Amino acid sequence: MTSKTPLYERHVELGGKVVDFAGYKLPVQYAGIIEEHKAVRNGVGVFDVSHMGEFEFKGPQALEAVQKLIANNAAKLKVNQVLYTPMCYPDGGVVDDLLVYRLGEDRFLFVVNAANLDKDWKWVQENTKEFDAEIENQSQKTGQIALQGPRAQELLQKIYDRDLDNIKFFWLDAEGKIAGRDCIVSRTGYTGEDGFEIYAPNEAIVEIFDAIWETGKEFNLQPCGLGARDTLRFEAGLPLYGHELSPEINPLEARLKIFVDLEKDDFIGRDALLEVREKGVERRIAGIEMKDKGIPRQGYPVEVDGEEVGFVTSGTFSPTLEKNLGIVMVKKEFAQTGSNLNIRIRKRLLEAEVVKLPFYKRR
Amino acid sequence: MYPKELKYTDDHEWIRVENGKAYVGLTHYAQEQLGDVVFVELPDVGEEFEMGDSFGVVESVKTVSDLFMPVAGKIVEINEGMEDSPEAVNEDPYGEGWIVAIEIEDKGQLDQLMDSEAYQKTLE
Repeated sequence: MTSKTPLYERHVELGGKVVDFAGYKLPVQYAGIIEEHKAVRNGVGVFDVSHMGEFEFKGPQALEAVQKLIANNAAKLKVNQVLYTPMCYPDGGVVDDLLVYRLGEDRFLFVVNAANLDKDWKWVQENTKEFDAEIENQSQKTGQIALQGPRAQELLQKIYDRDLDNIKFFWLDAEGKIAGRDCIVSRTGYTGEDGFEIYAPNEAIVEIFDAIWETGKEFNLQPCGLGARDTLRFEAGLPLYGHELSPEINPLEARLKIFVDLEKDDFIGRDALLEVREKGVERRIAGIEMKDKGIPRQGYPVEVDGEEVGFVTSGTFSPTLEKNLGIVMVKKEFAQTGSNLNIRIRKRLLEAEVVKLPFYKRR
Repeated sequence: MYPKELKYTDDHEWIRVENGKAYVGLTHYAQEQLGDVVFVELPDVGEEFEMGDSFGVVESVKTVSDLFMPVAGKIVEINEGMEDSPEAVNEDPYGEGWIVAIEIEDKGQLDQLMDSEAYQKTLE
């Protein structure tokens, strides 16, 4: 079954090309992926990300429940701070990657991938029974908008009733209003640019979107689809579940060491990850640039001297760098910057070189 | 959008016969569905293909799609411009965006293709 987000009508009105994604009808593009991508790098773009899932944790043991589930350390969060973390299986493989918002001393919000929503909800419920905490799945009633790009703050400040300068990177404000509507605003995103993510109940998110859209006219605000969301996160080296992360890939292989706190008290997957750390990873994620003409795509084999040493996890033409780039999972001896790799693209074997991630960093 | 002088296939290629050879490209509809074309993998001049064979690949930012021969034939020319400007497929699908030129093996096969009107009906 496919659901519509509260902003579905807007996508249609604005000329979005709507596709089915993770059970939702969402726009893959409006003006074109490259144009939308560039608007976010140079100006400001708006995305409907209402498909993302939200679970709220409340109660005396909310923190304990959160801590058991995630690999990063939520105890270090101050109220109104946000954390990125993997959530692991006992063997260290990844259930999902998510954001944790600390809304109060005993109140947390998980923001999870739409594609993993049902699996995550089951996992969270099964593994938190022993705690005195109330966990609610708010996904169906919560809308989310991402406003991203160097001009995002200037635009949003015109309609937000509090000072956005006070929201630092990976912090949130739950006390402001847009268009008279309560919302949560965080300085977070999935594009590698400055920007904000805004959460509100479904009925409010439409009014908030309309206010952003109206105000956005003088900023040439670009509506953006899933296509640009993917190319933007790709250039910024941000992992995408199902590509760089999966039940078969652990966070240490995926360059996420800084988001795993092995010194923290027990969490699911800790023993396995301690063992991985001790032995060292056998393979890891690396960036590649194609030397020959061709675009690496997910699943293409990576070879060295005729031997298969890994596979492509993501790849595309990079609109900002105007190069064909890829992210690969390879045996660690081939993951050093400057290593030469071959990518098997259909019948051909093409030359590529390992380059540093992220491909793009904002100035 | 769909010039009268061309013939069309179900796979959204067009073919135009001109001075003994035939140019092949993608239709307006195809380029719109693909989105920004960023790479075209071309065959070698001299390669021969049957009607419906895959002779190359067109890639947009998000998709990889095969290109199919509208009729059987031999590749006599490839559009070298595709290497640096694959976006011509989007911007000028029936002109600068042509992909290959072929020598048709059996002109009779052209009769199996659609004219502009019939093709447009398939898009409705």
